[in-house]
Amino acid sequence: MSATISPLPSVHKPSRLGERILACFTWAMIIYTMLPIGVMVVFSFNYAPAGRIALNWLHFTFANYRDAFGIQDLTGALIHSLEVAVGSAVISSIIGTPLALALARYRFWGKSATDLVIFADIAAPAVVVGASLLSLFLALNLPRGLLTIFIAHVAFNLAFAVVVIRARVSGLDRALDRAAADLGATPWVAFWTVTFPLILPGIIGACMLCFLLSIDDLIITSFVAGQTLTFPLWVYGAVKVGMPPQVFVLSTFIFLGGMALALVNVAVTHRREAAA
Amino acid sequence: MRRLRGKLAPYLLSLPSWVYLIVFFIIPLASMLGMALAVGDPLSGYTISDNFQEFVTGFTSYEDAFARSFWYGTASTVITLAVAYPVAYWIAFYGGRHKSTYLFLIMLPFFVSFVIRVLAWEFILSDQGFVLGPLKAIGLLPQNFHVLSTQWAVIGGLVYNSFAYYVLPLYVVLEKIDRRLVRAANDLYASPSTAFMKIILPLSAPGVFAGFLLVFVTNVGDFVNAALLGGPGTYMIGNIIQDSFFENQDYPMAAALSSILMLMLMIAILLYSKAFGTEAIQEYAA
Repeated sequence: MSATISPLPSVHKPSRLGERILACFTWAMIIYTMLPIGVMVVFSFNYAPAGRIALNWLHFTFANYRDAFGIQDLTGALIHSLEVAVGSAVISSIIGTPLALALARYRFWGKSATDLVIFADIAAPAVVVGASLLSLFLALNLPRGLLTIFIAHVAFNLAFAVVVIRARVSGLDRALDRAAADLGATPWVAFWTVTFPLILPGIIGACMLCFLLSIDDLIITSFVAGQTLTFPLWVYGAVKVGMPPQVFVLSTFIFLGGMALALVNVAVTHRREAAA
Repeated sequence: MRRLRGKLAPYLLSLPSWVYLIVFFIIPLASMLGMALAVGDPLSGYTISDNFQEFVTGFTSYEDAFARSFWYGTASTVITLAVAYPVAYWIAFYGGRHKSTYLFLIMLPFFVSFVIRVLAWEFILSDQGFVLGPLKAIGLLPQNFHVLSTQWAVIGGLVYNSFAYYVLPLYVVLEKIDRRLVRAANDLYASPSTAFMKIILPLSAPGVFAGFLLVFVTNVGDFVNAALLGGPGTYMIGNIIQDSFFENQDYPMAAALSSILMLMLMIAILLYSKAFGTEAIQEYAA
């Protein structure tokens, strides 16, 4: 029972049994959630005959980790993924921050249209976004490659960046920048000295979300990549020919890296909030 | 001057995003529609016509794939809701001070690439894998038993990948419910199930609908689960669109199919935003 509810005076006692069942179910779902992750980590240590992941457990080895970057194409694809993820996260946040400020602080003509477009960008199915961008690139005769992947990733990350940063801006006390204005700060100075430091956690959060969405994306990228491969595309392409163990090793690295980023973010936010 | 700047400020601030979204989100959608109406071939180029034939042909020849996509999308979304609701409910009401830990555990798959998650399931479910293999060896399952390439493998994969996306919006609404309302219901002799039906369920409805829309749209358009976990009989419209672009290089057909999918889902999305507004979705997306 939650701490906010004291024992109930009613005839109906909260069902302990029901709560137990719910708790067991939740834990079962957590285990289900972690099952494929566990398989990925465990099988990255499995002996891989002929350079292919075996379907059954053979024996423990570090060989896959020693040779983690042994497949050049795969390593190259991972580097492409990281480049696009970092680039699109930063650019989306830079373009998205001003819009987030406008949406959170002003009423203006076209605001609801803006809301609708942001909503549509989030809700649009990936296949449609990918197919439509490919149609544009084909019509413009723009060669598909890293640049088009990058353009596409900013296009879907932008809306998420706006939403995350907007939530942070809405939570700010407007009295702070009014005080700055009263003290003679120009809007520009007030922004950089007062508003920006306060919304920075939101911007960092947006960058991280965009990074994760970008490095994860397969569907949209598959339309606009041309011959260039990202990590998910390489893996998708290798399904038919058999999977080298490096795939599990590198995705374990991505998993650990992503978790480290998230934990650092949580720690930094907590410290900032504790300090404030 | 200052006044004018104040008036102009929101427009200047939204300009970069608007330009980007017009050029790389709205214009592409228009150009996809244009491509669907085009006649020609990849070598001699295309000209736009008023040829709606591609839409008709596309829809009639891939009716099955459309129907299958909507069936998989609906089934997977309903199942995800059914398993995500109790989990979100338990965490919100009984999670105590470990709430964020439970949520973090549920969000762990976000840190593994989507394709790797699906690949891991292909691995787990494979006919001679470490689950089915031993079960067949001891005779618990017949030798020809298989999970992969059935529709339930595809739906299962979709459910797995949308689980966390559905728990979050549900958790957000359930967490916000004022516990005193539940207590008041109990004081007024409502049974736990009545209290749930009359208070908790209606108050959590925005999360249910927002999650339903996001998960449904994502799952209808997916092709990765069908490609990795399914077989020839489980082709979804996403697979057909992919093949039309890259295997057959029939761009007008591919564009027509994705336009049809877009129009169908757009109707669903518009109906949704008319009924429930767009605020909720934005909130949960964050």
